[in-house]
Parts: sequence; structure tokens; C-alpha cells
Amino acid sequence: MRACVVVFPGSNCDRDVAVALRQATGADPVMVWHRDADVPAVDLIVLPGGFSYGDYLRSGAMAAHSPIMRSVIDANRRGTPVLAICNGFQVATEAGLLPGVLMPNAHQKFVCRDVTLRVETSQSIFTSRYTAGQVVRIPIAHHDGNYHADAATLNALDDQGLVAFRYCDADGRPSLDANPNGAQRNIAGIFSRDRTVLGLMPHPERAAEPAHGGTDGRALFDSLLAALG
Amino acid sequence: MRITPEIVADHGLSADEFARILHLLDRAPNLTELGLFSAMWSEHCSYKSSRVWLRELPTEAPWVICGPGENAGVIDIGDGQAVVFKMESHNHPSFIEPYQGAATGVGGILRDVFTMGARPIAILNALRFGDPAHPKTRHLVAGVVAGIGGYGNCVGVPTVGGECTFHTSYDGNILVNAMTVGIARTDRIFYARAGGVGNPVVYVGSKTGRDGIHGATMASAEFDQRSEERRPTVQVGDPFTEKLLLEACLELMESDAIVGIQDLGAAGLTSSSAEMAARGGAGIELDLDQVPLRERGMSPYEIMLSESQERMLMVIRPGREADARRVFEKWELDFAVIGRVTDSGHLVLRHAGAVVADVPVAALVEEAPRYQRPWVPSPPQAAPEIAAPADMAAALRALVGSPDLSSRRWIWEQYDHMVMADTVQHPGGDAAVVRVHGTGKALAIATDCTPRYCAADPERGGAQAVAECWRNLTAVGARPLAITDCMNFGNPERPEVMGQFAGCIRGMAAACRALDFPVVSGNVSLYNETSGKGVQPTPAIGGVGLLDDLRHVTTLALKHPGDALALIGATAGHLPCSAFARTIAGTEAGPPPPVDLAAERRNGDFVRREIHDHGVAACHDLADGGLAVALAEMAMAGSLGATITATPGALPLHAWLFGEDQGRYLIEVPAGRAQGLLARAAMAGVPAILLGRVESLDSLTLPGGCSISVAALRTAHEAWLPAYMGEG
Amino acid sequence: MKARVHITLKRGVLDPQGKTIARALGSLGFAGINEVRQGKTVEIDLAETDAAAAHSTVAAMCAKLLANPVIEDYRIDLAEG
Repeated sequence: MRACVVVFPGSNCDRDVAVALRQATGADPVMVWHRDADVPAVDLIVLPGGFSYGDYLRSGAMAAHSPIMRSVIDANRRGTPVLAICNGFQVATEAGLLPGVLMPNAHQKFVCRDVTLRVETSQSIFTSRYTAGQVVRIPIAHHDGNYHADAATLNALDDQGLVAFRYCDADGRPSLDANPNGAQRNIAGIFSRDRTVLGLMPHPERAAEPAHGGTDGRALFDSLLAALG
Repeated sequence: MRITPEIVADHGLSADEFARILHLLDRAPNLTELGLFSAMWSEHCSYKSSRVWLRELPTEAPWVICGPGENAGVIDIGDGQAVVFKMESHNHPSFIEPYQGAATGVGGILRDVFTMGARPIAILNALRFGDPAHPKTRHLVAGVVAGIGGYGNCVGVPTVGGECTFHTSYDGNILVNAMTVGIARTDRIFYARAGGVGNPVVYVGSKTGRDGIHGATMASAEFDQRSEERRPTVQVGDPFTEKLLLEACLELMESDAIVGIQDLGAAGLTSSSAEMAARGGAGIELDLDQVPLRERGMSPYEIMLSESQERMLMVIRPGREADARRVFEKWELDFAVIGRVTDSGHLVLRHAGAVVADVPVAALVEEAPRYQRPWVPSPPQAAPEIAAPADMAAALRALVGSPDLSSRRWIWEQYDHMVMADTVQHPGGDAAVVRVHGTGKALAIATDCTPRYCAADPERGGAQAVAECWRNLTAVGARPLAITDCMNFGNPERPEVMGQFAGCIRGMAAACRALDFPVVSGNVSLYNETSGKGVQPTPAIGGVGLLDDLRHVTTLALKHPGDALALIGATAGHLPCSAFARTIAGTEAGPPPPVDLAAERRNGDFVRREIHDHGVAACHDLADGGLAVALAEMAMAGSLGATITATPGALPLHAWLFGEDQGRYLIEVPAGRAQGLLARAAMAGVPAILLGRVESLDSLTLPGGCSISVAALRTAHEAWLPAYMGEG
Repeated sequence: MKARVHITLKRGVLDPQGKTIARALGSLGFAGINEVRQGKTVEIDLAETDAAAAHSTVAAMCAKLLANPVIEDYRIDLAEG
């Protein structure tokens, strides 16, 4: 599997996800600078976490209009999967790759901690190595992770099985107490309609090896390796 | 413009100091030149009251590459790698505007580290706030925490630890001390030295505005009621630009283009240019018309004293401007050649075609005044009787839920403590542990100080601060290597305050020597005083230790029911000046516990050997709240209970449980290995007893059969700070 | 021309910052606050001198970058400048 990681000015999880990809696939991903015109021919595009353009104006808004994003969108239309983590998720919604928007956390504070997530489906190239209903522990670290969309969009996500992960308690219930940021319907991650884009607020690359104190994120990278070779 | 005595006084210079300037220049300075002297001779830049004392601190060891005097200290950790670190205060700005003050404090200390060629890998913060009941405290906590997080999170360096305590002496002067630790290659360390006559002097980063003019002077003057109106001079941080500056500098440092580099911190262009010239024994000539400006019509005085953030000054090798410019333009940062290195030994400033200042560099730096200020020793404290509480369990619950000992989760969950994916031990332990990227090694990092000890007995308090930091690093399995210090004190013109400073230095120096734990960088913040009321003496110590093998990382959480608990170190039941005395008995009087540095060393070396050679399931140092609080913290972290089977002997139970005798650790080992441990301790001359055992039950059982639920302790422990901040 | 763009959250979208400000104002003793909404202002100095042309340019900026139509409304004020 050949992957690339798009680096925006202000990205700061680009190295972390590159390390996780290398550990899972044995190959270093290509790092692509935001001002490059084209993404290279790859099997996977990663939009990493961080504070692209300082998250000034709105999280992800300016990165969504970086020169490289046109090429990312074109590549995805031709079928190249996109993994969008945290700030990458914010960029993906601003760029129209995913519906909805990530608003500031309901409590108005940055939050960094482990959360428990329910894997909603294993029917995707991103989640095949999980089982549906599995409860996993993966960290979050964001100020703007409060997923918001209109009711029709939310219903469509539910009806079409496009919710990938929900914040849940230890028993897998998506309770109010388990929701760290106010996200509607406890949504932590969603797929695009054709399931070639996954956007998620949690950081699987921070739970990918024993030294991290948890390895529940590793299956996401293993799923991609299984699907993309 | 004629320089009147009023103008001199407004610049924080005494009449004697002004006379010295006249003598050094052999003429009257103009206003710009007076501004240069005012900044460089401020306490903040010149260390004029503290320098004579700082010399007493040991600064050398075989592993020290660069001690105090540079932007940060540098130590060798083998494999061609070095650790670069420093702690610095941003106290006054944080009191006036907590968010921006704390944010720019983080920004400044990050630059001090990456300017030396190191990639920052961890941030810690030692915070001291006023009484929780003081009307400003909540607002200051919220602003400082948000500012630290807002900056560090965006730059993408994990904030992994620190301290936060409350005391009424900080009501009008909070302390915000930020520490950054970075990793560099030993053959790629960059120093702040100008060299090579004719070499270009280059300015990079953000544009210069009118922010923070006279910040360095502000940080050196006692507060008064007017200070809060000085808001316009507070700098605003831009962590996004800092991130770009960090990446651009490290990228350029891959080449050999840079001769010397220094960040623009306090006193901006003035101190960076004068200090680089002084260290290199050179002169510098600057053309201020070339400085990228954010505002129109800035005077030379304003350009030189601006404290706009996210800026750097570099001396570049001849012919390498184009390479350097390419890197900075890639990162969309300003880049301008603003001057040349000269052999004149003078700092010469040109503006609009005229020379506007011409001052010998030595007059600004080496010739700055140094004072041997009068001092008086702190009076010895009589020990009060500390009565036993009616209910030991209730006292323990109150302690773990008290402002100083309750959980800091509300704070550290607002910090990205995991970015860079190398954080091995998260906040809440004895020390943060951060892996050295791509290796099996790790750094342990902790900040420590017990200001109430320093107030009661500065020498003992200074020694204790160093020893506790050393102990915290040891408790996670690390070999302590070196410290940075941040000396926060009141007005040095008061002999009592100078006595506190001198005492703390003496205690620190003794501890550093006994523990082979030299000082490699530091910062002094004086005049932390409002209307004649100074802060408790607070020499914050930031220590770094090395774990050669990540597998030795030890945490404080209890692990396995049935394991044995051993108490290492001698227990004398010293209660005066303890957290128990303050919180439960309501007295802050009395001497702090004695510090036996030889025992500290012996006990710590023993514990570290046990961790490395025999494996220890859990380890925790005993500090505030003594044995009972340490055991409670281990139980809460592991969600397990414990039973104490040892008895206090001749000591009163409350003194045995809550006394703060130094040099002690609680460790968990498999039951079958306990006797071996005790035998080895006896051989090493280390006091050790079998304390009790780990239980699966959710309760702590204390001597006398009193027991308390771990869940109830946790509720108390976790509740205080969120409730105080209005979110309980 | 100088354009001033006021960006606010759409009616019905939760505004946590506004809520927090309302609570803070209440605790400072300001009574009778029904609601606080927080927005942001972007000032743009344009070379364009024709008001209609300036308006359409700034509207395009809003649609493309300055506002997110999923959650935000905007209003443009123009002044000679």
C-alpha cells in the first residue's frame, strides 16, 4: 500500500500518522506539501491532525482551499480513499468531501483524553478488522469536534450506515455522559456516501503501539492494509 | 530631547545607574540609547541582584554540554543525541492578561529551545495562584490554562506535566513558569553568538509592532494598582507562526548556513543583538529601515524595544542569504537582512539615513550593574504542636480533595499531552515520561518546589525542591541528569527577600552537589510583590532524567492484589509545615522537614536499582500529605485497595500517616519478593519496612482498623477543581 | 471601498460562546439578558470603487471562504474608503 500524507502549514500530527502507517505497512508514506499542485499516484490519501492555518477563521476552512485540495478531491472522485483525522476531518467537511461541520466543543474547551467508541460497522475498508458493536479506546484531542448537520443529513447518515464511530460508555451505549464535545447523535466519525472517505475526530495513530498505552487504533491501519495491499 | 531625571526614573534606572551610563559613554545618551540601557540593565536581562549568588550553583558534570548563559542548557544522552531545556517565568504579563501572558510564555520558552537546534518534545508548567477565595483567582486559572493550551496545542508540542498550587501570597502576583525540553544532535547545537566580520544579520519571523514595549522593565518593577491598566503593552501570541518558525529554523539548521541564532524575547531586538555581539566579542550594525514593521511610523526606540512575538535574529554565513531566504519564504515568513557583524565592539543603529544610537556592546552587557544587596537570614521557626484529627479517614479524604492535592485533570485534559505520539507516562504521575523519538530510550521530566518549606527555612526548602525533583525522576525509573531553575522571589531591595534568595541558592547548591544534579539553565524573576507583600520564595526546579530502556518505566498505580507494599526511607513523623498542618490543623507555622542529602541519595539509588535489576510493580515518592496521601494516590490510580499492616510504633498515628519526612518511596512488589527486597535494603543501609499489601477490595485500611473507600477518595480528589471552576 | 462582513451563527444553531457570555454577564449583575449571540467581523480594504461590484466580490468571498453556509449567515456593509 502506497500512502501520502498532506502537510498543511500548521499540521502537527503528520509525523505521527506517518509512523503509524509505516509500522502497519512497512513503507514510508509520501509527504505532500499543501502548495503542490497534485497528489502522487497512491492508494490512500491522509489528511492529518493539527491546526492548519492556525485554525484561524474556522477550523479547516483555509486548508480546504489549499492548492492541493483540488487534486485530493479529484483523486477521491476517481476512487482513491481519503482518511481524514481530527483537523483533517474538519478540512474534509469544509472541502465538501464529507457532509456537516465540526463546531466548537459544547463546553468551549480543548479536550485531550481517551474516549470509548463503538465501531458502528465493519463494512468498510477502514474498519474491516474491527467487529460491528466493538467498543474501542482511542484518544481525542480537539477544540472543535462537535459534529453538526441538519436533521435530513443526520437521518441519511444513519439510514445508509454511514456513521463509522460513536462516542459511547464502557458498555457501548452512546450516552450523554460519554459524549465529550456535544456532537449530534454522539457521532465521532463518518463515511462519505461511497465509503471512500472516513473522517473521524479520534486519533487512531495515538493508539497504535504498546508504548502509547493502548493499541485499539492499530486495526484501522491494518484494515487499510488488508484492503489496499 | 533632553534626558531629565523623570525620564530616567520612568525607565527604571536609578540616579547612580544613570551616572554610570554617563561615565561609560562619556556623554549623555539620547532617548533610544537610554531605552537600550533601560532594557539591558533591567533585573530581567542583567540579573544584577542575583548574579553574585547564582555563581554558587554547580553547573558541571561529564554529561553537560552547555551550562547557563546560553538560550538553554544542553546535556548529552548518548547515541549522538542531546537534551536541550530551560524553564522561564512569565509572571507579570500573565497577571495582567492571563491568556496572552501564559501563551507568550510558552512561545518564548519554545523558541529558547529550538533556537539551539533542538526539536521541542515536551512542555511543562509550574503554576502558583492566589487563594482560591480571592476574587481574581478563578479568572486567572481559566485564562492561564487556556493560554498554555491554546499555544502549545497549536504548535503541536505535548504539554506533559507540571504543578499547580494555591496560596494567598500569590494573590497579587501569580507565577507562570514554563519549561520546554527538546532533542538535538550533539553535532548540530546552535549558539547565540555573532561572528565573522561582514556577515549578514538576518531577521526572520513575524513583523514588528508596538506590542510589549518595556515588557522587560515591567517584569522588573514591583506591581502597583496601575499595572492592570498597562494592558496595551501586553504581547499577543501567534502559535501558528511559531509552528512555521520552528519548522523553518529546523529546516535551515540541516544546512551549515547559520553562524549564530537567538530568539527575540524580553527586550526584543535590543537584547538579542547586544547579547549575540557580546558572546561573539563582536559589534553589530543594524539598519532599522530594513526591519519588517506591522505599523507605520515606528521610531527606532519602539523598533528596538518591541516585544512582538515569534521573531528570530540570525547571523548567516556569507553567500548563504539566498538559501536561507528560500527556506523562510517556503514557510511564508518574513526574512530581511537588517545589518552586519562588525569589529567595532559597538551596537550601531541607523534609521532614515542617520546614526540614531552608537553604544559599546560591553557597556550594555558586561558593564551592567551588579549588586551585592544586603540580606538577613530568615528567622528560625518554632515547631507548633499539631493535634490529631478526630477521624483519620475524614482527614485523608479532606487532604486528597484539598486545593493543592486534588486532581489536576481539569487542567491537563485541556492540554494536548499526546501529540508527537511519544508520551509514555501521562500527567498525574511522579514525572512525565516521553520517548526519544525512534529509540527505546525515554526522558523523565518533572517540576517541583514546596514554597511553604522555602518560606519557613529557605536553605532547607531550596535543598528539598531539588531533592524532590530528583526523587520524582527516580520514582519512574530514570537516572536524574540535570536541572533548570526558575527563581521567583519578591523585591530584592528588601534584605529579608535577599536572605530568602541566598538561603534557597545555598540549599539548592548543596543538593545539586550531593545528587550529581547540576544546574544547566535558569531564569530569575524578582519583584514578585504587590504593595510591599511578596510571594513565598519559589525556586521552581525542572529536572530531566534518562531511561535507557523504556521497559523500566514505572508508574504509581497499584497493579496486583496480593502484592506487598514496602516503605523505603526513614519515618520520623515530621508534621510542622506539612500539608496536613496547613489543611487539617490550620497552621502554616513551623520548620520544614529535615533534608538528609546522603540518605536521599542512598535511598534513591537503591530504588532505581530495584526498578532496573529486579522489577517493581509500582513506585511513588512520598511528598505533600506523607504516607497516607501517597498510598491513596496509588490506590486511586490503580482502582485497587490496600491494607496497612505495619504499625506506627512510638509515633502518634497522624504523624506516621501524614508526616512529610523526606527521602521516602512506596513500592509494590510481588509478595514472594518482599523479603529479598528488605534484605537488599538492609545490605545497602537503606531503611525499609513491609508496609502492607494490595487488595482487590475498593478500600484502604489504615492502622487501628479505620477504612475508607477508594471510590469516595476519588470522588473527593476529582471534584474540587471542576467544582471550583464552576463545572462541578 | 471598505467592506465589513459580519458573520453570525444561523438562528437555531447552538452558540455556546454566546451562552457562556450571557452567563458571565448575568454573574456580573447585568439582569434581563434574553440571549447573547457572538459572531465575527472581517474588514476588507478593496481597490474596487464601484459599490455593486465590490458587493458581489465580497459576497463571493463569503460563499467560498469567509462563512460556512452549513451553520453561518453573513451581512456585508460597504463604505467609501
